[in-house]
Amino acid sequence: MNQIALTENSQATKTTTVIEVQNLDHYFGHASLRKQVLFDISLSINAGEIIIMTGPSGSGKTTLLTLAGGLRSAQSGSLKILGQELCGASANQLTQARRQHGYIFQAHNLHSSLTALQNVRMGLELHSDLSVAEMHERSQLMLEEVGLGDRLHYYPDDLSGGQKQRVAIARALVSAPKIVLADEPTAALDKKSGRDVVELMQTLAKEQGCTILMVTHDNRILDIADRIVYMEDGRLADEQINRL
Amino acid sequence: MNILKSFQRRTPLGWLQLRHDRGRLLVALAGIAFADVLMFMQLGFQNALYDSNTRVDRAMLADIILVSPKALNLQNLSTFSRRRLLQARDIPGVQTADALYINNITWKNPQTRLTATVQILGFAPERPAFKLPEVNQQLDKIKLPNVVLFDRGARGKYAEAIAQVEQGKPVTTEVERKTLTIGGLFSLGASFGADASLMASDQTFLRLFPRREAASISLGLIRLKSGANPQQVAAALKSHLPGDVRVLTAQEFVQFEENYWKTASPVGFIFGLGTTMAFVVWVVIVYQVLSTDVNAHIKEYATFKAMGYNNGYLLGVVFEEAVILAVLGFIPGVSLPIVLYQFAAKATALPIFMTLSRVVLVLMLTLLMCMMSGAIATRKLQSADPADMF
Repeated sequence: MNQIALTENSQATKTTTVIEVQNLDHYFGHASLRKQVLFDISLSINAGEIIIMTGPSGSGKTTLLTLAGGLRSAQSGSLKILGQELCGASANQLTQARRQHGYIFQAHNLHSSLTALQNVRMGLELHSDLSVAEMHERSQLMLEEVGLGDRLHYYPDDLSGGQKQRVAIARALVSAPKIVLADEPTAALDKKSGRDVVELMQTLAKEQGCTILMVTHDNRILDIADRIVYMEDGRLADEQINRL
Repeated sequence: MNILKSFQRRTPLGWLQLRHDRGRLLVALAGIAFADVLMFMQLGFQNALYDSNTRVDRAMLADIILVSPKALNLQNLSTFSRRRLLQARDIPGVQTADALYINNITWKNPQTRLTATVQILGFAPERPAFKLPEVNQQLDKIKLPNVVLFDRGARGKYAEAIAQVEQGKPVTTEVERKTLTIGGLFSLGASFGADASLMASDQTFLRLFPRREAASISLGLIRLKSGANPQQVAAALKSHLPGDVRVLTAQEFVQFEENYWKTASPVGFIFGLGTTMAFVVWVVIVYQVLSTDVNAHIKEYATFKAMGYNNGYLLGVVFEEAVILAVLGFIPGVSLPIVLYQFAAKATALPIFMTLSRVVLVLMLTLLMCMMSGAIATRKLQSADPADMF
């Protein structure tokens, strides 16, 4: 039932733009060391799309992703996430914006003192007025969906690389965010687990109707994208239409 | 209500973090406990200095005390004329005014026969001069010539002599080529100024110091009639008596003694400096413990910040850790000093003991320091973009 409702919802919002980037520039460093890393980026992403951003290292992919996630303050141009302008946003607005999406890091970035279940719960604690029991239940369901139902009380140190990344995905998706941002989620994984992880993201995202923006070098996973964006030297090259 | 509710929902992250890494927790607790012990020992020693040196002062049975203006402390009192006592008796409210003679004297330890310096207090045994029931019950003994009472809490090898006196066998020793008999015991304890005290009659005292006149007294002990206001009587005494004598209430006299040890004596300075150093070391240790912990988790905190947790949440986690560390570290931090105090008290015959107010003071300071250190250590985390911290 729930799933159907979500799918319908995603179809209804199919045409709305969730990420709108216009003429975005970004610089690192101060004064004489100031270096421009992003040049005049314009990009718009619709709800439900899976976008892969690729390009050589140092091309500014991760910078753009962290800007979109509110992990870095945007400097000039326009960057709208779910209608909210992040360029020039206050620290408080950025904190609020970060709650709107799930972020999957290159390294899993799980908290080593928390079990898989507690880690996933941390993704929920901010968002809802769920009771402790409900949070527990939803975190457990989420972990079961990523195939870790038998690893609920394991600490990250006792999980394999692929399992850790799956916990991280569960943490990012447990609050059913509208946008998932992923920074080379397969970088630390072998071919098989990398493929599994990406397919899992794809499945879950389609179920929840969320938009995925993924940065990757990994050619083996490009096929899951609806659209591939190529970035070089801080500039977006011509967009390729992959599927659709 | 809302706060309580959100507190219940919250994952106890600080506790889970501390518990996860037992090794680091133990090191952190050891650091905080060590800092607490350091602080307790210094405070204990400093307090012992003031307590022990004012013990005799506090035991005096007097509301107002007359003292020479040249007096420095109990060991250096100088003298003034006994006539001032007679004049003091004219003031309304004064009931009695008695002389007290105090001097240091070199005697032979009755047990080892080695010379040692003790403090001898002489007063007319017709009336009690001290708030020490043991002394007051044995006033008859010191009425006999050359009989004294000896301090059970004396520093030095006196255990056998004391045991002998306790069995009722008087012990004799030699002072200034005169034989002195220890007729009884009382408990007061040593100080930084004197290893032991002797109680004697004024007559015995004057016989031991032939060159000292009975008319030159060390202190005047004034007792007031019931209902008289010490402040008013002291003011009247000040205006009535000439300037060769100082009038102090009992409380002011204790403060006068304490003040000497605090400001004028080298011991007071050294202990003051020691306490200050201990405090600085303590602050540094506590800060190091907290900032090491924050730095160890900085990547995890950055992740939480990237997920949308705000600075207040992270500060809460660090505060949670700070309070747990402060409280857990305080348990050994307060237990060990209690043992060390007993050890030190035995070794020095000084009043070194734990007081509730000191426990509360150090606990409060530990909590405060831990929280402040935690807040300072998270500053870096608060200003930075999470993307810069990975």
